[in-house]
Amino acid sequence: MSSAPARPLALINARLIDPTLGYDGPGGVLIADGRMVAVGPQVTAASLPATARIVDCAGKVVAPGLIDSRVFIGEPGFEHKETLASASQAAAAGGVTTIVAMPNTKPVVDSVSLVEYIARRRGDDILVNVVPMAAATKGLDGQEMTEVGLLSAAGAVAFSDGRSAISDANVLWKILRYGRMFDALVVQHAEEPSLSKGVMNAGELATRLGLSSNSPYAELIQIERDIRIVEATGGRLHFAQVTTAKSLDVIRAAKAAGLPITCGVTPPYFALNELAVSDYRTFAKLSPPLRAEQDRLAVVAALQEGLIDVIASGHDPQDPESKRLPFAQAEFGAVGLETLLPVSLELYHNGHLSLLQVIDLLTRRPANLFRLPGGRLAVDAPADLVVFDADVAVRIDADKLKSKSKNTPFDGHPTQGRVMMTVVAGRVVHEG
Amino acid sequence: MTPTHGSSTPAPTSPPGGDGRGFFHKHLLGIEGLNPLEIGYLLEIADTYVEQNRRANKKKSLLKGMTLINLFFETSTRTRTSFELAGKRLGCDVINMQTDASSIKKGETLLDTAITLNAMHPDILVVRHSESGAVKLLSEKVDGCVINAGDGRHEHPTQALLDALTIRRRKGRIEGLTVAICGDILHSRVARSNIHLLTTMGARVRVVAPPTLLPAAVERLGVEVFHDMRRGLENCDIVMMLRLQQERMRGSYLPSVREFFHFYGLDHAKLSAAKPDALIMHPGPMNRGVEIDTVVADDIHRSAIQEQVEMGVAVRMACLDVLTRKVRETELKNGGAS
Repeated sequence: MSSAPARPLALINARLIDPTLGYDGPGGVLIADGRMVAVGPQVTAASLPATARIVDCAGKVVAPGLIDSRVFIGEPGFEHKETLASASQAAAAGGVTTIVAMPNTKPVVDSVSLVEYIARRRGDDILVNVVPMAAATKGLDGQEMTEVGLLSAAGAVAFSDGRSAISDANVLWKILRYGRMFDALVVQHAEEPSLSKGVMNAGELATRLGLSSNSPYAELIQIERDIRIVEATGGRLHFAQVTTAKSLDVIRAAKAAGLPITCGVTPPYFALNELAVSDYRTFAKLSPPLRAEQDRLAVVAALQEGLIDVIASGHDPQDPESKRLPFAQAEFGAVGLETLLPVSLELYHNGHLSLLQVIDLLTRRPANLFRLPGGRLAVDAPADLVVFDADVAVRIDADKLKSKSKNTPFDGHPTQGRVMMTVVAGRVVHEG
Repeated sequence: MTPTHGSSTPAPTSPPGGDGRGFFHKHLLGIEGLNPLEIGYLLEIADTYVEQNRRANKKKSLLKGMTLINLFFETSTRTRTSFELAGKRLGCDVINMQTDASSIKKGETLLDTAITLNAMHPDILVVRHSESGAVKLLSEKVDGCVINAGDGRHEHPTQALLDALTIRRRKGRIEGLTVAICGDILHSRVARSNIHLLTTMGARVRVVAPPTLLPAAVERLGVEVFHDMRRGLENCDIVMMLRLQQERMRGSYLPSVREFFHFYGLDHAKLSAAKPDALIMHPGPMNRGVEIDTVVADDIHRSAIQEQVEMGVAVRMACLDVLTRKVRETELKNGGAS
C-alpha cells in the first residue's frame, strides 16, 4: 500500500492463529515499515519499542488477513454496482486484505494494459491489495486464448472466464497445454452450459415454484470432462465453486490420482440450501444454484476432509434494478466480502472445523494456490492482518454493508464473529 | 416443505360468523397452501353464481363503485374476458390493460408498473405474467387485492377452481375420484394448480406425460406418474388434457407433433381405458389433432369443455366477491359506500 505509518504498531495479548506453523496460542505481532518484525508469544508489552502504538487485543484473534480469490468488482464498466474503492472498503470491513479481481468488467480484463491497470492501481481510496485474474479467452467469448504469458508477466495470477465455463473442449485443452509453459492456473466455472439454462436447482422446490432448473449433473459432467483434459494436458485447473456431493467424489478421485486439480467453495453453499430461494428470493439466486441439503452436507464434509482447497466470497454485487425482478429475470450473484469471515466461522462454531482450519482455508491455502505473498504470520512477511472477535453474536444487516450493492442472501442471518481491525501493509484500514 | 408462497397473507384469527368458514386471505396467488375448507367455501359461493348467470338478469351491484384492473403481461382472450365479465356482472368498473405493448417495452419494470397502477387505487388487480413469481412480487407493492391469472409455469388458481367446480357439479364430489392430467406438465401452471387443489380435496391424481415434459421430483407433489397413456387412463373418472405449446418442438422436448399425438393425443382408443362415464376436460384453447382428437373434443356426452368456460365466470365472480368482502364491510361500517 501507499504509505505505511512510520510509527511501529504492536498487537499484543492476542490469540495468534498462524496456519503455516499450525500455531493457535497466545502472542503478539510487531509491525514496522509495512512488514512484521516480530511474531509470537515473546511479543509482549515489555518487549516493545517505546515509540510503538500498542493495541491490546484482550485475547481476541490475530490472524493473517483473508485472501479472497473470487471477487467481481465492476470497475471498469459497472461502477454503479461496485468500484475498486468501494470493494476495498467492503474488504477491509470484512478482514480481507487481498482480493483477486475477476475479469468480468467492461472492457474485459483480457489485455496487458487492463491487467496493469488493476495490478498497479494505487491510492488512498484503495485500502487492500487487489490482484487481477485475467480472462482465459479474449472478451470472455470462449473462443480465443488470451496472451497467457504476457498477462502473467503483467501480474495476472490466474486465468478464467469468470461466470461462464470455458466450454469448448478444444479451447480448454489448448489453454491448459499452452499455459503449462508459464505454470498458469486456470479457474473454471463448473457448469456445463447447455445443461445450465435454468435459474435454480432441479428438484421438488423448483417444481413447486414453477422455475426452470439445472440438474446437479450439469456440474458433474463439466468437472468429469475437465478432469480428462487435465489428465491429457497436465495443466493446473481450479474449479472455483464445487457444490454437489457427486462432484466432490470425482474431485477426490482425481486428486488421489495425482492430477493438478484444486477446488473452492463460497459460503452460501455450506451455509444455505435451495430453500433459501423459497418465495422467489432473488438475493439467493446464485450460479451454480443453491443445492439440496444433502449436497450442502457433502460440502461441509469435504471442508472437514481437506478436499476443498479454498473458501472465497464469490462477491458479486448487483444493484436493486438487477434483483428486484421476477426470479427468472433477476441477475445471479451475491455480495460476500463482508460476510465471508462470520459465515465461515459457523464451521468452527458448529464444530465442523477448528478455528485454525477455517483460517487456513481463508489465508494460507489461497495464498499458496494463487502464489500470493500474504496469508501467513512470519517475520518479514507483509503486515496484512486481521484482528477479530470470534465469538460475539452479530446479526448480518444488509443496510450496514459497505459494499455499494447490498444483495446478500444472509440479511438477518445470525452469526458469531466481528472484525475489529484490519491491517494492510502495516496500515490500519479498518477499525470496528 | 412449507408452502408459504401459495397465498401470501395469513388468515386473520377471528372470522366473521364464528363457524370458521370463509376465505380470509388478502390475495389469491395460488392454490398451494389453501386448505380444503377454504377451497370448498369458494366453490360453494361459485355455485350460487352459476345460477345467477343462467338468469336473464345476470347483474348484481355488489361491487358497485369498485375498480378492477385486468393487467395482462401475456396475451389472453379467454381468461381476460372471463374476469371482465365476472367483474361487470358484479357491478364493478373493469379496465383492461394489455401491457406487453406499452410501458414494458419502454423499460418500465414490473414494480414501476405496480406502483403506478396502485396510485390509481384499483380495488382488484387481476394479473397474468409470463414469469413464475411475478404476480407475488407485484402483490407486495399494491394496496388492493391481487388475483393471479397465471404466472409463468407456477400457478393459475382460478383455472383449478373452475375445473373443481365443473367436476363437483358433474360427479357430485371430488374426494375419491381418480383424475389423470395429461400432456405438458413441465410447462403448465394449470397442471400445478390442479395438482395442489385435487390432492388437497382428496382426489387421486395421476400425471401422464413423456419424461421430457415432467418436472423433476413431480411425485413429491403427491401424484402418480405414468408414461403410458392407456395405463394412466385406466379406471379414471376425469381425463384432464393440457395444451401443448407448439414452441416445445424446438427445445428437444419432443421429436414431432405426429409422434406426440400418436402416444399422448386423446382419442377414443385411449379413452376407452378410462371409466365409461369419464369426463374429458381441457383448459383451452385446444390444439385439435395435437393433444386431443376433434371427435373426442366435440363429444357432448363426454366433454365438459364448454361447461368449464361457464364455470370460469362463476368462479371468478366468487373470488371477486370473497376477496373484496373485508373492504366492503369496513366501508359499510364507516358509512362510506352504498
